[in-house]
Formats: sequence, C-alpha cells, structure tokens
Amino acid sequence: MAGHSTYQPTNGLTRWLDTRLPVLRLMHDSFTAFPTPRNLNYMWTFGGILTLFLALQIVTGIVLAMHYIPSADKAFNSVEFIMRDVNYGWLLRYMHANGASMFFLAVYLHIFRGLYYGSYKAPREVLWILGVLIYLVMMATAFMGYSLPWGQMSFWAATVITNFFSAIPWVGEAVTEWLWGGYAVDSATLQRFFSLHYLLPFVIAGLVVLHIWALHVPGNGNPAGIDVKTPQDTVPFHPYYTVKDMFAICLFLLIFGYFVFYNPNYLGHADNYIAANPLVTPAHIVPEWYFLPFYAILRSVESKLGGVLLMFGAIAILALLPWLDTSRVRSAKFRPVYRWFFWFFFVDCLILGYIGAMPADGVLHINESIEVPYLLIGRIATIWYFAHFLLILPLIGLFERPKPLPESIIKSVLGKGGGTPAGAAHAPERQI
Amino acid sequence: MKTFTRIALLCALGAGIAVPVALAAGDAKHPEAQEWSFDGFFGHYDRAALQRGYQVYKENCAACHSMNLIAFRNLGEPGGPEFSEAEVKALAAQYQIPDLDEAGEPITRPGKPFDHFVAPFANAKAAAAANNGAAPPDLSVMAKARAGGPDFLFALLTGYSDPPHGVEMLEGLSYNAYFPGGQIAMPAPLSDGGVTYADGTQATVAQQARDVVQFLMWTAEPKLEERKRLGFMVMSFIAILAGMLYLSYRRLWRDQPH
Repeated sequence: MAGHSTYQPTNGLTRWLDTRLPVLRLMHDSFTAFPTPRNLNYMWTFGGILTLFLALQIVTGIVLAMHYIPSADKAFNSVEFIMRDVNYGWLLRYMHANGASMFFLAVYLHIFRGLYYGSYKAPREVLWILGVLIYLVMMATAFMGYSLPWGQMSFWAATVITNFFSAIPWVGEAVTEWLWGGYAVDSATLQRFFSLHYLLPFVIAGLVVLHIWALHVPGNGNPAGIDVKTPQDTVPFHPYYTVKDMFAICLFLLIFGYFVFYNPNYLGHADNYIAANPLVTPAHIVPEWYFLPFYAILRSVESKLGGVLLMFGAIAILALLPWLDTSRVRSAKFRPVYRWFFWFFFVDCLILGYIGAMPADGVLHINESIEVPYLLIGRIATIWYFAHFLLILPLIGLFERPKPLPESIIKSVLGKGGGTPAGAAHAPERQI
Repeated sequence: MKTFTRIALLCALGAGIAVPVALAAGDAKHPEAQEWSFDGFFGHYDRAALQRGYQVYKENCAACHSMNLIAFRNLGEPGGPEFSEAEVKALAAQYQIPDLDEAGEPITRPGKPFDHFVAPFANAKAAAAANNGAAPPDLSVMAKARAGGPDFLFALLTGYSDPPHGVEMLEGLSYNAYFPGGQIAMPAPLSDGGVTYADGTQATVAQQARDVVQFLMWTAEPKLEERKRLGFMVMSFIAILAGMLYLSYRRLWRDQPH
C-alpha cells in the first residue's frame, strides 16, 4: 500500500524542496492520500487520540519541569508552588496527572482492539511488537513520573518497585543500590527518576514514529480482518478519517476535561498529598489504577522473584502473541469461539485490576457463609491470564471453525443491513 | 462492532472509577456525605464561611497545626475569603516575623501580606515533643490528604464521643469513631461558643466545623473557582466543536458506504 506517490508540488518552492528533501511528499502520502479501509469503526480512532495525548503530556511536562525542583526536601513544596503561584500551574499539573490516566485508558482500549481484531497477525507482527515496547516504556515513564511529587504514595511506590530488583539472584542488592544511587530511596533516586522521566517520552515518540512507519507498510487492518484488494476498498485518509478522528478526539477530551476540571484528584490517592516520610509506611500501598492488574499478578505468588518474573512475563508474553495465536483468521467477528474467550480475557483483566486494589490478606464476602480470599481469586485470575496465551489461543486456532470471510471490504460494507446504502449506487466513481 | 466499542469503553471506565471508591473503605466509621457550596459543576466558596473558618483556624487549630503553604496575601486573593487589602495587612501585622536587619542581626518585625502563616513550633521535633510524641500535621492540603476529604474532616471534628463500653483507651488519646483505630491524639478541638463570630452566627461545634472545613478546602484548592469556571468554557467549546465535527463527518461520509 505504500506504493506510488500521488503528490504534486504546486509551486516553485515546493518543487525545489521536493527534489532536495521530499518531506511534503512524505506527509502527503502518509496522512493525506494514504488509502485507508473504508470500514474502520470507532475503535480505530485511538491511534489519533494517543498521538494527541503523547503531545499533550510532553508539552505540559516541559512547562512543569520549568518550575519543579527534583530534591527530596523541595519536590513536594515545588509542586504546591506550581498549584498556587504559577500562572495556570494547577491546570498544567492536573492535565499532566490526569493525562497520564487518559493515556493509559486509551492505550488499553487500543490494545484490546488489537486483540479483538487480530491486529497482531501477519504481516503486522513488527507493528505489534513496537506497540508492546511503547507500552513498556510508557509504564516506566508513568512510574517514574508518579514518584516526582514526592508524596507518601510516590515515595513508597518507588521503594516497593525498586525493591523488585533485589529479587534478582546474587546481584540483586547491588543492582538495587545502583538504581537508588545510595542505600535507600532518596534525593539521588528522585533526581535520576526526574532525568529519565524527561528522557523516556522522547524515546516513546521515536518508537511511535517506527510504529506508524510499520503501520504504513501493510496499511491499516480493519474490522473484517481481510486485506485491501481494490481501490474501492479504501478511502483517502484525509478528509475521511481526519474528520472522524477529530470527532472522536473531542469526545475523549470531554472525558479528560471532566477529570481535569471537576474531579482532578479522583484517579489519584489522598496519601500523595502527605509529604514523603521514610519513617511512616501508609496502611495500603497501591499503585495507580493502570498498574493494578500487574500488581495482582505480582502478589499472586509467595516468592518475590517468582512474582517479579510473572509480572514482567505478563507483559513480555504479549510480544509473542503473533505466534501463540494459531488461527489465520484475524477478526473475532468471524471466530465464534475466540470471541467468547476474548471477553473472558477482558473480564479476567478487570478482575486482576480489582484484586490489585484490595489488601493482600483480605477476603471477598459473597454472603454470610461464603468468603473467598482475594489472594485465591488473584491466583485463579493470574493462571487464566497466562493460560489464555499459552493454552487457549494456540488450541482455539486448531479446533475452531471460522465463519466464512467476506470477499472484499467493499462487499462487506455493501452487504450490511440487507440494502445498498443510498450513496453507493449513484456515485460509485467518487470513492477512488 | 458498535457493541464492542460501547462495552469496552464502559468496562474500562467502570474499572478505573470503581477502584478508588473501593480503596476508601477501612475499619473506621464511614463519614456521611455533606452538602458543600463548592461541590458540583458551578461550585464556589462561601466567602463569609471562609472568613469565619479562618477565625476558627486561627483561634483553635493554629496553636498546634502549621499551615506553611499559605501566605497572608492569599487571604485577599479572588476565589478565597477575599478579605480587603487593609484587612489582610492588619491580619498579617498581628504576627511577629523573624528577619535580619541591615547589619545582618536577627530581629523580629510585624508581618506583611507576603509572609507565610507563622508555624506554632520551630520544627517537627519541637512539635512532637510538645504533643505527646506525635507532631500535629500541617493543614495546608489536609482537605485533599485524607480519603473522604471535607466530609471526613467534618465527621472527625464533630465525631468525638465517650468510648463505647469495653473499649480500653490509651493514655492521652481521645475516642473518635471516624479515626482509623478509634483513638486519636488530638483532643476535641472545638467547643460550643469556643469562638465569637463577628457576623453574629451561632458558634456551635457543627457550625465551627463546617466553617473551618470550608476554609481548609480553600487552602487545599485555592484555584477551585477558577478551575470550574474555566472548565465550563472549555467543555462547552469542545462539546460544540464535537457537534460540528460530527455533522461534518456525517456529511462527508454520506455518499461513502462504510
């Protein structure tokens, strides 16, 4: 689909530039004329939403960094200085903090979209793996960013997470002290977290460029999960999808705006408004909501090393997905068995998230006589998580009988709902 | 696959939203929800309540609790108690602030609007030593630093009672059902008629608690009014833009089967 370019320089300057650095040609071919399947639904709008939020996080973050002081004595008060005395500092900070949550919400919907429609299957394996890498770097960035306000939850989350590395056999202690830059989480740790928190978003931006590049070689997948065969299957990206994406972005911004303007601390934790105190441990140390499923997996085994390996394994296994799913049909629309297991997996992730938020030794009261320990639920959900990838996906592919696939994208949209859409009959030539 | 979109969005939102609520649960009595003027999409502070709340803080809380993030000038800023310029100057001048003179010798001088509130103790150690070993926390962001926020603070301030039968109280602690564990180092801070309001409001414990909690909410969120005002404009703008984009989208795709 990368194919031949349709770019026509219109004046002397652009012709001159085109023979030296064809950047306008690249933009035109990638974001204007780019042939995009005509049957994309709203689940395909999260790429644009995520790009916007990456930009928003970088811009608000750069301005916040102009006022923030990365020091154990001053960090907490410098954040409050931003909230009180910097012009629109409260807006910058609330946008940045809630922006991180929205970024994860969008990325999770984007990932589940990929799981449902088989976006990871050939020829898009590299595209998918780049996505997993972006997600991994996002998690590191978010974790370090959360430690910067140096509240109680910042400090203790940083302590708990960096302590994972002490589980590595033989060199664990040394690695942990090396990460801390001392013998405990302190100013040295905070300063390096700040430095890396500033660096990693640009690494993400670089990976996003590769992600989009890898997307533009085979082109977009689509809900029917079949390849583009004729020009009738596609529409140019602009204006058809630019307008649709902008509409979806606005809807998403309304959710974002609700949190920023009306409930800015809802997704945070009250303890983080208490300045960090190494001598007082909070009653419940919990990560931000977007890490909860992994926190549940971490706590599902007694052994610290085992928990850490499971947690990282839960992310790493995503990268192997293109080879674990043995079905050659992409879209769950035509996979009657997989569709069920997709939703089981989705619910399993929500259960893991719920368990991650609960105290480790608590119990779920179902009624007066039945109590289930959270740990047990967490363990079953963890087993299901891994079984989904290692057992269920490989097996379904072998036994499932997929429904017949549509002949082409254009036929699949014309066949929908029995009738021919009004516009299709009288203007078939317009769509090329 | 509209169903997929809908279910996925709902579930993901639901998961994000349900979790913090679940976290708020604990062993202490759950605070009842109160009605506050600053709640809701058009919420704003009640100036008179903030001014009374400042008085309660100054006459009751400030003897033990610092409020280091707040300067006297903040008391006159828009969106707060909005004391007049002259009142702010007079309130600041009631305090003696340590400073250096021209020769670098330590002196004290009357407070100015740019000075921060004066802490009752020189440092955390002195505060702990004077208070049975537990330093009273700074109150600047207290209304955001406890689960339940203002509702919790109101419940705590009005929640002192005699311990229930059979509860063994530790030396120097008071019983408060809303405090985790039920035993709190802070003795009941408010009493009926403990302050005399200049505007004639009856100074019951509940009234003082309501006033000081509103004051604490303002010190924690001094830009709340500006935030909600700007929010209305931004949300309206985006909503209208979304509507126009939707119409453009429908118009554009009218002749395109999809």
